[in-house]
Amino acid sequence: MMNRLFLTTEMDVQTWTYILVGLTFTLYIGIAIWSRAGSTREFYVAGGGVSPLANGMATAADWMSAASFISMAGIISFAGYDGAVYLMGWTGGYVLLALLLAPYLRKFGKFTVPDFIGDRYYSKAARIVAVFCALLVSFTYVAGQMRGVGIVFSRFLEVDINTGVIIGMLIVLFYAVLGGMKGITYTQVAQYCVLIFAFMVPAIFISIQMTGNPIPQLGFGSELSDGSGTYLLDKLDGLSTELGFAEYTEGSKSMIDVFAITLALMVGTAGLPHVIVRFFTVKRVKDARKSAGIALLLIVILYTSAPAVAVFARTNMIETVSNQPYAKVPEWFKKWEETELVVFTDKNSDGNIQYLAGDAFIKGENGKFDFNQPNLSTKNELYIDRDIMVLANPEIAKLPNWVIALVAAGGLAAALSTAAGLLLVISSSVSHDLIKKIVKPSISENGELIAARLSAVGAVCIAGYFGINPPGFVAAVVALAFGLAAASFFPAIILGIFYKRMNKEGAIAGMIVGIVSMLLYMIKYKLGWLDDVLPSKSEWWFGISPEGFGTIAMLLNFIVSITIMKFTKAPPQEVQDIVENIRIPSGAKEALNH
Amino acid sequence: MKTDNNAKAYWRDNIKYVLILLVIWFIVSYGAGILFKDELNTFKIGGFKLGFWFAQQGSMYVFVILIFVYVRLMNKLDKKYGYDE
Repeated sequence: MMNRLFLTTEMDVQTWTYILVGLTFTLYIGIAIWSRAGSTREFYVAGGGVSPLANGMATAADWMSAASFISMAGIISFAGYDGAVYLMGWTGGYVLLALLLAPYLRKFGKFTVPDFIGDRYYSKAARIVAVFCALLVSFTYVAGQMRGVGIVFSRFLEVDINTGVIIGMLIVLFYAVLGGMKGITYTQVAQYCVLIFAFMVPAIFISIQMTGNPIPQLGFGSELSDGSGTYLLDKLDGLSTELGFAEYTEGSKSMIDVFAITLALMVGTAGLPHVIVRFFTVKRVKDARKSAGIALLLIVILYTSAPAVAVFARTNMIETVSNQPYAKVPEWFKKWEETELVVFTDKNSDGNIQYLAGDAFIKGENGKFDFNQPNLSTKNELYIDRDIMVLANPEIAKLPNWVIALVAAGGLAAALSTAAGLLLVISSSVSHDLIKKIVKPSISENGELIAARLSAVGAVCIAGYFGINPPGFVAAVVALAFGLAAASFFPAIILGIFYKRMNKEGAIAGMIVGIVSMLLYMIKYKLGWLDDVLPSKSEWWFGISPEGFGTIAMLLNFIVSITIMKFTKAPPQEVQDIVENIRIPSGAKEALNH
Repeated sequence: MKTDNNAKAYWRDNIKYVLILLVIWFIVSYGAGILFKDELNTFKIGGFKLGFWFAQQGSMYVFVILIFVYVRLMNKLDKKYGYDE
């Protein structure tokens, strides 16, 4: 017995990863078989009888993507205070969702967001514009998830990134196609448990290690446990300025940009179709409100830990590498070097790592760093990819192997749950909004179910393709999916609920102006397709970055909608009656297949 | 059958709650976390500068509380106007 225990603690990271990833995947597949969908109602909205707690957990898992799990703490650890845009932006949207959208959309009681837009604005054109926006938003988002799956597989299971993407595709395909919303909801409940456990265990371990406080949220505001009496944040501020970075708790973005990005992310969150559609799955309007609260509570557990993890990781990382001899770097450093996510160049040939502010390498034509060209204008000798901070954190802190493997399983749970939710939106947009509502209304229930499954297969293949062959702009565009959602759906839905007089002319014009202006700004200032070189920051309108432009595009949408509405005729009486009706919570019927 | 006046009064109360809660939502995040963070940063609780704490911790806790307060208020309102189920 003792011997066996000894063996298990000695097992290497890779064996642990195989075991944990294998176990969790078996669990997901088992749940998918148990909860497969038999009708379109089950496929689109899980039959409409999901409990608020299960829906809250599923929403949280759906919401927390590879970006939240893998990248966010890393981004914060390099951005310091500025990381708040993601923290507030990706949580504050739930307040808008709970107060302004979810209850009314649940009462409305259809299957998809384009359903609402199409019926509320009594127009096929509005529905088509909404379908287009939903597909654009969801595809930009899902490609990034598949990529996240690939990165985790390649680093921890040492398979090729592309093989990783294909394995991920097959798993998602299996349970999204078989189970539809019902299968996805219950696998997401399991995935929430896996990912939150995987995120919190290392966070708690490291918090105890560094500050003696087991609660990371308090730990990063505590004194260091080395007996020096210094606060952790003060120490990190000191280290940062010493090495030439901006003070950690101050940040470097302009106030107006922080404001605009936060607002764009919040409003975008409330406008994302894969989040909104979750609130169609509960029974009553009051359940929709409650499950929004539960979802946010479950999300905030991770989101308030992430800035703590960021501070721990940043401090640990600086102390482990700064001015240390390269010959003596730890194991994790060498492993990440193999994937070129950590790259060192000894500019002054002293054999030590100088980690300072500034780019260590020169950027090539494609906008990525060229690791053969050290940037001699700075003294910084080290490139560290922000995405590895969460994955490498347990190794940097020398935590046990099973914890490291757990993080890999958690990253996969986060990426898969979000990918599945998005694929469902894509497939229901095609089978329900396009085929059933526009192309072939006579299609039978079974025919629609087959169409839904086929479009899920198609969507997985396209997503996988982009995961394997990421066009240079995918990563750039994922963050902008929020801007697109903010610019298109949010105003149309809000006005549809709170402004009875809003008509189709106003809403359609608003959505088109919103999404086109967002796309143009993005193409000009993020992708640089309109000029020979990417325009510099000084040319941004009002100093607002492409990430924050969703706020401006949303305002444009509101202004255009209301102006056009003033000059066109009021919506028909029956539409005004719908609006009256959704404002009253009682009598929410099950989501109907109308 | 509910009268129109009942529905109108319910809606007015609902809008009032939503507005109050959104004002708080705005103050903690955009106010304390962004616009006035430099002023608040002159205060410290533990190792946290106050503005930084609102931006990376406090605002999120308030968001959760706001939704649950809204849930409670609305459940009461539903009962008051007979829309409970």
